Amino acid sequence: MNKAAELTEEQRDGGTVIRLSGNLAIACLHDLPARLDGVQGPVDAIDLSQVDHIDTIGAWTVHSAAKRLDAKIVGAHDDAQRLIEAVGGLDEPMPIRPEKLSPLARIVGQIGEAVVNASNTLVGLLGFFGASLVATWGLIRHPSRFRVNAVVQRFEVVGVSALGIIGLMSFLIGIVIAQQGSVQLRQFGMEMLTINLVGRLTFRELGVLMTAIMVAGRSGSAFAAQLGTMKLTEEIDAMRTIGVSPMEALVMPRTLAVVVMMPLLGFYSSIVAIIGGGFLCAVALDIPPITFIQRLREVVPITDLWVGLIKAPVFGVIIALAGCYQGMQVKANAEEVGLRTTAAVVQAIFLVIVIDAFFAVFFTWVGWN
Amino acid sequence: MQQAEERRIEEAVEQNDVAIRVRGLRNSFGDQVVHEQLDLDVRKGEILGVVGGSGTGKSVLMRSIIGLQTPDEGEVCVFGESMVGRLDDEALAIRKRWGVLFQGGALFSTLTVAENVEVPIREYYPNIGPQLRDEIAAYKIRMTGLPTEAGPKYPAELSGGMRKRAGLARALALDPDLLFLDEPTAGLDPIGAAAFDDQTRKLQQTLGLTVFLITHDLDTLYSICDRVAVLADKKVIAVGTIEELLALDHPWIQEYFNGPRGRAATAAVEREKNKAAPTPPDGRR
Repeated sequence: MNKAAELTEEQRDGGTVIRLSGNLAIACLHDLPARLDGVQGPVDAIDLSQVDHIDTIGAWTVHSAAKRLDAKIVGAHDDAQRLIEAVGGLDEPMPIRPEKLSPLARIVGQIGEAVVNASNTLVGLLGFFGASLVATWGLIRHPSRFRVNAVVQRFEVVGVSALGIIGLMSFLIGIVIAQQGSVQLRQFGMEMLTINLVGRLTFRELGVLMTAIMVAGRSGSAFAAQLGTMKLTEEIDAMRTIGVSPMEALVMPRTLAVVVMMPLLGFYSSIVAIIGGGFLCAVALDIPPITFIQRLREVVPITDLWVGLIKAPVFGVIIALAGCYQGMQVKANAEEVGLRTTAAVVQAIFLVIVIDAFFAVFFTWVGWN
Repeated sequence: MQQAEERRIEEAVEQNDVAIRVRGLRNSFGDQVVHEQLDLDVRKGEILGVVGGSGTGKSVLMRSIIGLQTPDEGEVCVFGESMVGRLDDEALAIRKRWGVLFQGGALFSTLTVAENVEVPIREYYPNIGPQLRDEIAAYKIRMTGLPTEAGPKYPAELSGGMRKRAGLARALALDPDLLFLDEPTAGLDPIGAAAFDDQTRKLQQTLGLTVFLITHDLDTLYSICDRVAVLADKKVIAVGTIEELLALDHPWIQEYFNGPRGRAATAAVEREKNKAAPTPPDGRR
């Protein structure tokens, strides 16, 4: 049964005959197709009388060789005859993959596509922002439609569960800033200024920015993946048919949760980073915690706290909308969920940093520096 | 009587007549027991239809046989080799001999239809060159009744019925001896479903396949299944031809085959038979 397929060429009645023998099934073909391809004509016939067993792949191999060499097929038993006829009837070229463009056309096409995509995304995000404002207004007019349970549940997922990782990250960042700053400032004999550096930097910028990046990675991506999967399984369509607006039921609770949680997490992150900085000052620079806190109160104006707290909810809106928007754009397949999730995180972080730059200019302009 | 039956099955195994053999299978999810002491034999070269109410574990049975679900207890043999507890890369010799069509087609979404069909060939038989592989994929796809344009398309661009056919083409890629079909006609229009049945029958006859077919479609059962296994009460309560099943006095079986849909399917089969019967020369019966 498992005898390997064999090929022999012999002269018979003044012509060449290829005699195949053994088992012509896919498992036993080995290099037979290659050897058949190597046979150069003229060949009169392919003799199958010694073949024990054949499957469609063997039959196809024989059929295509016979066609190429213009040879007759002889000695085939009933099964073989039937299979060869069956596959022969299906012989017609078929493209395997979509046609490839020339490299130049492809590159130009990709650039064009990227430009169109980028502008579409920007317009789409703006439109989505508008839709979320409309939904907010609807909720203000009909507060009974507000989904308290959903929002509270998101509070936990977005805020409470993030406390551990954000705390750890902020503590380490506080240590790093203090350590790096003190090395530079020591050259001027101004190690005390490390406290200014840690205090002002964390409240104004790093606390909120690092939190935004972490929330984008944790929650923005989760929103995109959740909504994308719901889109694929037609859950969102089902919602619409029942008269539930996905904007109200899915997007608003998530957005609200992030907007409320961002200032809290940002403040928490700043405080933990200061503790990290203070810890390093105490251990490495011999600045006792009491001195650290006194000095902090002298050099960090309260406006630094306002700067961080004003930016935080804006970043929250960006993260939530980018995640939800990308999730709602999923159409075709599971692969797209992955792509959209990546896009959600990248866009959220990028936009957060762009807006942060605008804020820096703005706050300098109003004199909070 | 039971002993005689068992002895007969033993003999059948010795003659290599049984493709799949399930003994004492038990499957449970948490507290919920799906199968308990389930026995089943699938003979070589037959189309066995598996029916049962929703939630009776038809798909779980199929997953246990092909090793995607490790049963709590019991023995599953495919072509005489035990499949219980085998890892994904074990028992490859058996895996090469079966093809599986999942409910939704389960095509790889990043590959075209033709590339999907090439995956098992590429994986198991690297000795087959790229050109021959393309040719094989082409005739397999055409064999399942898909048009030439379907080859370079991605699964997302296909309709549900075309996706099932593409899944069938992939299941058939290695010329398997054993074919598992999980509700192949569900979600197809009646014409498409009839064509799919017809195709399955034809392939089964041409290639000498053994088919394990899960279905709710009574027309499929009547038109192509050699035997039908009924899943209820956590086990296979009966296996046999439809006539044999109809003779049994089990409420679910009676309800299933004698319900309005069952009667309609029976009537259709009767009509077919009458049409095929020779008519007297004067045109009267």
